[in-house]
Amino acid sequence: MTATVPRPSSARPALRTLRDRALRWAELVTTPLLPADYLDLVHPLRAGADLRGRIEAVLPETRDAATLVIRPGADWRPHRPGQYVRIGIDVDGVRMWRAYSITSDLGRTDGCFTVTVKAIPDGKVSNHLVRRAQPGTIVQLDQATGEFCLPEQRPAKALFVTAGSGITPVMGMLRNHPELTDVVLVHSAPTAEDVVFGAELRQLAAEGRIRLVEQHTDTAGLLDAAAIAELVPDLAERATWACGPVGMLEALEEHWTAAGIADRLYTERFRPTVLVTGEGGTVSFTKNGTTLEADGATPILDAAEEAGVLMPSGCRMGICYGCVLPLREGAVRDLRTGEVTTAAPGDGVLVQTCISAAAGACDIDH
Amino acid sequence: MTVLQKKTDNPIEHLTPEDIELIGKELDEIRQGVVDSRGESDARYIRTVIDVHRKIELGSRAVLLASGFAPAWVVGTIGLSIAKILENMEIGHNILHGQWDWMRDPKIHSTTWEWDMASPAEQWKHSHNELHHTYTNVIGKDNDLGYGIMRVDEDQPWTPMYLGQPLWSFINACFFEYGIAAYDLELGAVIAKKQTGDPEFRRRAKQVLAKIGRQVRKDYVIHPLLSGPNFLSTLTANFVANVVRNLWSNSVILCGHFPEGVETFEKKSIDGETRGEWYLRQMLGSANISGSKAMHILTGNLSHQIEHHLFPDLPSNRYAEIAPKIRDLFQRYGLNYHTAPLPQQVGSAWHKIIRLSLPNGWLQNTTARNLPTQLVKLWKMTTGKPRVRRALLREQAALAAA
Repeated sequence: MTATVPRPSSARPALRTLRDRALRWAELVTTPLLPADYLDLVHPLRAGADLRGRIEAVLPETRDAATLVIRPGADWRPHRPGQYVRIGIDVDGVRMWRAYSITSDLGRTDGCFTVTVKAIPDGKVSNHLVRRAQPGTIVQLDQATGEFCLPEQRPAKALFVTAGSGITPVMGMLRNHPELTDVVLVHSAPTAEDVVFGAELRQLAAEGRIRLVEQHTDTAGLLDAAAIAELVPDLAERATWACGPVGMLEALEEHWTAAGIADRLYTERFRPTVLVTGEGGTVSFTKNGTTLEADGATPILDAAEEAGVLMPSGCRMGICYGCVLPLREGAVRDLRTGEVTTAAPGDGVLVQTCISAAAGACDIDH
Repeated sequence: MTVLQKKTDNPIEHLTPEDIELIGKELDEIRQGVVDSRGESDARYIRTVIDVHRKIELGSRAVLLASGFAPAWVVGTIGLSIAKILENMEIGHNILHGQWDWMRDPKIHSTTWEWDMASPAEQWKHSHNELHHTYTNVIGKDNDLGYGIMRVDEDQPWTPMYLGQPLWSFINACFFEYGIAAYDLELGAVIAKKQTGDPEFRRRAKQVLAKIGRQVRKDYVIHPLLSGPNFLSTLTANFVANVVRNLWSNSVILCGHFPEGVETFEKKSIDGETRGEWYLRQMLGSANISGSKAMHILTGNLSHQIEHHLFPDLPSNRYAEIAPKIRDLFQRYGLNYHTAPLPQQVGSAWHKIIRLSLPNGWLQNTTARNLPTQLVKLWKMTTGKPRVRRALLREQAALAAA
C-alpha cells in the first residue's frame, strides 16, 4: 500500500454535481422557468438555492434597537466574530440591502445567527427592521464578510472604543472570545438606557471579564481621543478596535497616528464619508437603455436603483468592488476624495458606482 | 374607418392646444399619484399571482400525467390553459413592460424575465414596448395594426387577396405566438427586401428558433414522454392549451385597438407631437373591455387598455383604481371612452376584419335581396381585368356614400 495525501471526502462535491445535472435535466421540463423557481415555493432555504434567511424572532434591545434572529439557508458558512452580513429586505415592496454586524454566539445550537439593528432617524431599512419586521419574513443574504476581527494570535490586552450601534461587532467578539482576559471597553451612548446590550455588558464588567467605561453623552458630552487616552493610560500597549460614527473614527485615527501606534488601531465603517460633491449630469446605461439625471451628491448606484435599473452591488461603502461597472465615456467623482475619473469614448474605466457620482454626462456599460 | 385627420367629424376638433396640454398635465398627476403610492400591497399582489400561476401549472401538469383518463385530460387541459394565459398576460406581458422593476427584485424584473412564448422576451420588448407603444395606431409606423398582413383601413387599396383575410386572421389567432415571433423578427419585411443573409437578422432568428425549440420540446416531447402510455393524450392536451391561450391573447389584443370606433392616425400627424398630444393619441387609439375582476386578471388587465396605453409601466393591478378618474377626464373633455363587454368588442373587431376583407362599401350595400347580384359583382371584381375592378370599386363606394 502506498501512502497518499489525505483528501477531503469527495462525497459532497459528487452529490452536488449529481444535483446540478439533475437540475439541468429538470430545466427541460420547466423552461422558460428554472427548477429553482418551483423549488423556492416549498423550500427557499434549501442547499443550492440563492442564499436567503428567515427571520425567526425580533427581540427588542432598547427603545430604538432590536435583535433579529435569522435562520440562514443551508449554504450559509459560519462567520468570524466581528464580521458583518449584507441583508436584502423588502421595505414598502422595494428590495433594499444593508450591512449589519453579526452579534450571535457561534455556539448556538439552533443554527441561527443574530444581527442587532439600531433605528437611525429617517433610516428606511433600520426603522423597518426594528419596528415592523415580522417573524417568518424571508430575507436575502450574502455570506458573512469583513476584516474587523481578532487575529489568530489574540492580543494580550485589548481596547474597544464604540459608540451607538458600533457596539454590535464588538459584542460579537466579546461573546465568542472568552479567552480575552484583559479588555477595556469604552462605549458612548446618549443615556444609560440607550446602551445596546447594556445589561449584558454590565454583567461582564461585574464578573470582571471586562473593564467597562460608559459615556452617557446626553449628560456628559462627547468623549474625545485625549479623554480616552486619560481613561486608558496603557493605551499604547493595547490593540484597539473602534466602531462608531465617522467623526469619532477620524479623531481616533489622528490621535493614534500622532502617537505613532496607528498600526494597532482597527476601525469599521458602515457608511462612506461623503467629502466632496459637485455638479451632476446625465447618466446613460448603454445596454439597459435607461437614461437619468443624477445630482453630484448621489452615488450612481443609488440613482440607478431609484430609476428601476437592476445594479450589481456590494458593501455600498467603496470597499468590496461588487458594484464596479465600466465607464465608457464621461466623468465621475469619487465622493470620498473628490477625485474625478474621466473616460474617453471607447474606454472602459472601471468605476465603483456606490461611491461615485456623476460629474457631467456619462455612459455606463450596463 | 379612416385616419382621424381625414375625418369629416374630427372627434378632437373642439380641443384647443391648451386643452390638450391640460389633459397631459392631469394625466401626469394621476401617474405620479400611483408612483408615489406603490408599495407592499402591490408587491404582494404580483408575487401572489406568480405563486398561483406556478401552482396551477404544476397541478395541471401533474394531472395530465394521467391524461389517458378523459376527466384528467379535461381538468388538466383547462388548468394548463388558465396557467398559460396568466403567465403570458398578467405576469409576462406586464413584467416585460417594467411594471414591477421598482421592486428591485432581480427575479421579477423586465431585464431578467423570460416567458412561455415563442418570441424571446428581448425581441418582443423591442417591437412591443418601443415600437407599438410609441407609435400606437399610426398607419405605417405601428405594425401591430394588422401585423403587416391585414387590411386595417379603408384607405388601404383593396385587392382580391384580402378576401382571404378572415381565414388567415383566424389561423394567425390559433398560432398567435408564432405570428408574434415572426412579427418581432420582422420576417415579412426581411424576406421582401431579401435581407435574410443579414448577420443581425440571423443572430435574432437563431435566438427565436432556439426558444421555439425549447418550448416545443417541453410541451410536445418531454411532458408527453413523462406521461408514459399517455404520450399522445398529453401531447394533445398541451396543444389545445397552447391554442386556447393563443386564441385568448389574440382576442384580447384585437379588442385593444381594433374595434370599430378606435381611431388611427396619419404618419405626419406625429411630427413634433407634444406629451399632451401623445397622451391624446393613446386615449383615442385604445378600447377597453368591461367585465368581472377575474376577466381583468385573465386579460392581464389589458381590459384597461386605455389606462395601460397611457401608463404602460404602472403596475397592472392599479389600472382599475385610476380608470374612473380617466373616464371622468374623457367626459370633461368631450371624448369617447371606448368600452364594452368582451363578446361585443371581439364581435366588433371581427366584423371589421370581414368588412375590410371586402371592397369598400360592399358589406354595407349588401342585403338579403341583392345578395346574388352583389356576389356576381364581387366575382367580377376578383377575377375581372383591373379596369373592370376599378369601375366596380368606384360603384360600390359611391353606392355606400349615397
